[in-house]
This record gives sequence, structure tokens and C-alpha cells, in this order.
Amino acid sequence: MYGKRLRPLALTTFAALTLTLALAFFWAPNDADQGFLQKIFYIHVPLAIVTLCGFVYGGIAGIAHLRTRDSRWDMRSYVAIHLSLVFGVGVLVTGSIWAKGSWGVWWDWSEPTLVSFLLIMLLYATYQPLRFAIEDPERQARYASVFAITAGAFVPINFAIVRLSTAYLHPRVLGDISGNLPGRFQVVFYLSLVSIGLLWITLWRYEMTSKHARAQLRALRRLLAGDDDDIPAPRRSAVPVLTASARPAGEGGGVGSAR
Amino acid sequence: MRTTTSRPADAPRTSTVVAALLRKELRVELRSFEAVPAMSLFSVTTFVLFHFALQRNALSGELASGVLWVTLLFAAVLGINRLFVADAEQGGFDGFLLSPAGRSALLYSKALTLLAYLIVLELVAVPGFALLLLQPALWPALPGLLAVLALGDLGIVVIGTLVGALAVRTSVRDLLGPMVSLPLLVPVLLCAARASSPVLASARAGALPLRWLLTLALYDLVFGLITFAVFDFLLED
Repeated sequence: MYGKRLRPLALTTFAALTLTLALAFFWAPNDADQGFLQKIFYIHVPLAIVTLCGFVYGGIAGIAHLRTRDSRWDMRSYVAIHLSLVFGVGVLVTGSIWAKGSWGVWWDWSEPTLVSFLLIMLLYATYQPLRFAIEDPERQARYASVFAITAGAFVPINFAIVRLSTAYLHPRVLGDISGNLPGRFQVVFYLSLVSIGLLWITLWRYEMTSKHARAQLRALRRLLAGDDDDIPAPRRSAVPVLTASARPAGEGGGVGSAR
Repeated sequence: MRTTTSRPADAPRTSTVVAALLRKELRVELRSFEAVPAMSLFSVTTFVLFHFALQRNALSGELASGVLWVTLLFAAVLGINRLFVADAEQGGFDGFLLSPAGRSALLYSKALTLLAYLIVLELVAVPGFALLLLQPALWPALPGLLAVLALGDLGIVVIGTLVGALAVRTSVRDLLGPMVSLPLLVPVLLCAARASSPVLASARAGALPLRWLLTLALYDLVFGLITFAVFDFLLED
């Protein structure tokens, strides 16, 4: 289901990223204040926006999971949050490098965007420990969705409150993008946003495909063995169990429907 | 006439259930003294720790407000960790789910219980803070401080009840509770500390910054709604 047209998507993502980087380095003019250093902006800011959207999507998938009780929604939420955590580490690292380059410090408390991002990462860092600490897969999925919804709502609220608390220091890129950014910057910025978004979607679909393939494989093995007892139960883990697709085909062709 | 459709017609009124549950919670606490004495003692001990760590005999303004709120927050986390333990270990959840009462009654009663814990904690911690560390007199600052405490408590209550229920049936509840609740409580701490620092300033009790109180109230409201919306899902099995 997720493997369909994955290769063209991956190739498009690759081309878009290459184009973005080429344009960012060779076409967009150097910034008047920051010079070459400003190029990191084309990676850092879109990466941050995509990460936060991924977290919010995780919350939305959590709502869908609680409404439908379909374990595939839990898997979508899990993969989204998992991937956004990885992207988020990238945001913190690129942000720190940028801060060191332009303000001379690795970390700046007077920068609300940086601080709220750290808070969000600290919160989401507990997502997998929470899942791992609940053994029953059904309850694990339910509690994880509750967490994903709460944390997903926390993302925008937290940004608003922390931003209220500090003086502006960061260049407000999104607030007044038309007034502040010259044309070429804008074009490259939006292109970069699109290509990093594509990267997120591609990686998300790769992981979803892999998880589904694994669930299917387990179901087929169980079918071959003919007896549930022969296949050892999976170890306790933080990864969601796809109950719908992992069911043996004897009960209405569940294996086929997982494709 | 009850309008809720998901409950049987002869189900008891929510307010009756909440009152009964609250009585039970308070009776259990009065008999066992598991949470509140530890929270209060912890707060006083933390003031002593701050005295030595900061090497100050008296605090005022931002420092006083920060020390007070960090102490209250950590003491509250102790209470949050204990809030659902008896229900998880001694079958309280099962008993409640077997009864015809609506599930939100448990949320209301637990939130009120946590609020009661926090009020008792503050009855000890605030005078203790004034006695041990606070430089300006407490009386002129008290009305403003009470307003901030009320809104701050509300925030701790809504987040604490949700996280307490989330963490209690995991294998590492004592670790997960603080780890999940503290990041969610940072905005509460931020607003409460900013709102109470001019009140605790040394010259004279400054005006209450309304902006921070409003932000805090908004945060309480939003998380109250979220907790109300998702709490039921923590209770089904």
C-alpha cells in the first residue's frame, strides 16, 4: 500500500533537494550581514517547519486512531513522531551552528524559537520510553495516541507562549516574508521547504512500507506454521503491532488486505 | 433530567459520584498520609537547599518568584506521582469501571483531589518561604500572589491529572511522570514566575502583570479541554 510509486517519489525528492542546494549555494545572493553563513537558513528553517508539522500530523493520526481503533493509524502516528524526532535533532544541531556563527554562542536563551523547540524535543523524547513501558500492545497504542494528541496540541501553544516571553532576536522570516526577503531568497526558501517536506514524506513512506512488510511476513510465517504457538511472540518493544494486517488469512484474507 | 446519552437511565448524577469519590480520596489520604506530608516537607527542605545552593539569606523579586515556583512544581510532581497509585495497585480502576458512573467523574474527582493537595502544600510552603527566604513582607504581596497561585494550581491540576493517569500503568511510572509532566508544565512555570516576580519585588508589592495572568489562564483553559477530551481513553480496559 505504501510501496506504490515509492521510487518515482524518491527520485523526485532527490532531484528537488539537489536543485535546492545548487540554487542556495550558486544562485541566491549572499546575505549582506551574515554572508555565506546565512546559507544554513535554507536547511535549518524548512527542517524546523517540517519537523513541527510532522509532530502535529502525529497528533492528528492519534485522533484518527482513537476514533477508528485502527492500528494502522497508530503506526502512522508512531512513524511520523519517530521521523520528526530524527529531523528535530538536525534542527537543534543546525540551529546551534547558526547561533555560534552569527551570535558567537552555541545556545541563546533570549531566542524564543530555539527555546520552544528544545522544550518540544524534551517532551517528545519521552514518547518512546512511554510506549516501551507499556506491555499490552492495545493499551500501548491507546496511551501513545493520547500522548501524541496532547503533545501535538502543545507544539503551537508552547511556541506562542515562549515567544511572548522573550524579546525578538531571530530574523522573523515567516512573519514578514514579503517585506524582508528579496525575491531570490524567497524562491529558494520555498523550494527548500517543498523539497525537505518531500524528504520527510519519502522517508515516512519508506518506513511505513517496511513496517507493513514486516507485519505481513510475520502473518505469512504464522500461516505456514499453522499454529500460533510455533512462532515466538515478538519481544516487548515500542513499535506498534499491526493487528488488522497481522491476522492470519484464514479469517477473511487478512494477509491480502495488508498490501 | 440528564442529557448524556452514553449512560444508562438509572446512572447516578455526576456530582453525586464526584462528591463520593472525593470523600473517598480525602479519607484515604487522611488515613495513610502518603502524599501531602511528603509534599509539604519536601518544599521546606527544598527552601533550605536553595538557601545553601544560592548562598543567600533572603530573596526578592525574580529570584524569589523562581525559587518559590520551582519548589512548588517539584513538590506537586511528588503528588502527581502518587495520585493514581492506589487505584492502579488495589483495583480502584476496576471498581470504578464496574460501576455505572460516567468516566469523567473520575477525572473531576482526581483533579479536585490534586487541587486539595496543592492547597494544603501551599498553606505550608508559602508561609515557610516567607519565614525562611522571602525578604519583603508577605502581607502586602499576598492578594496578588494568591491570584497567581490559583491560576498556577489550575494548570498543575489539569496537566498533573492527565499525566498521572498516563504514567501510572507503565512499568516505570516514577520516572515517566516527571519526564512527561515537567516539559508540559514549563509554560505554567514561565507565566507564574513572571506574574509573581513584581509582586515579590523588594521595594513594595508591584502591580500584577495582567498579561501573564491572562496567558496562564488561557493555557489552563486549553489544557483543561485537552485533558477532558482524552482522559476517557486512558480508562478503557
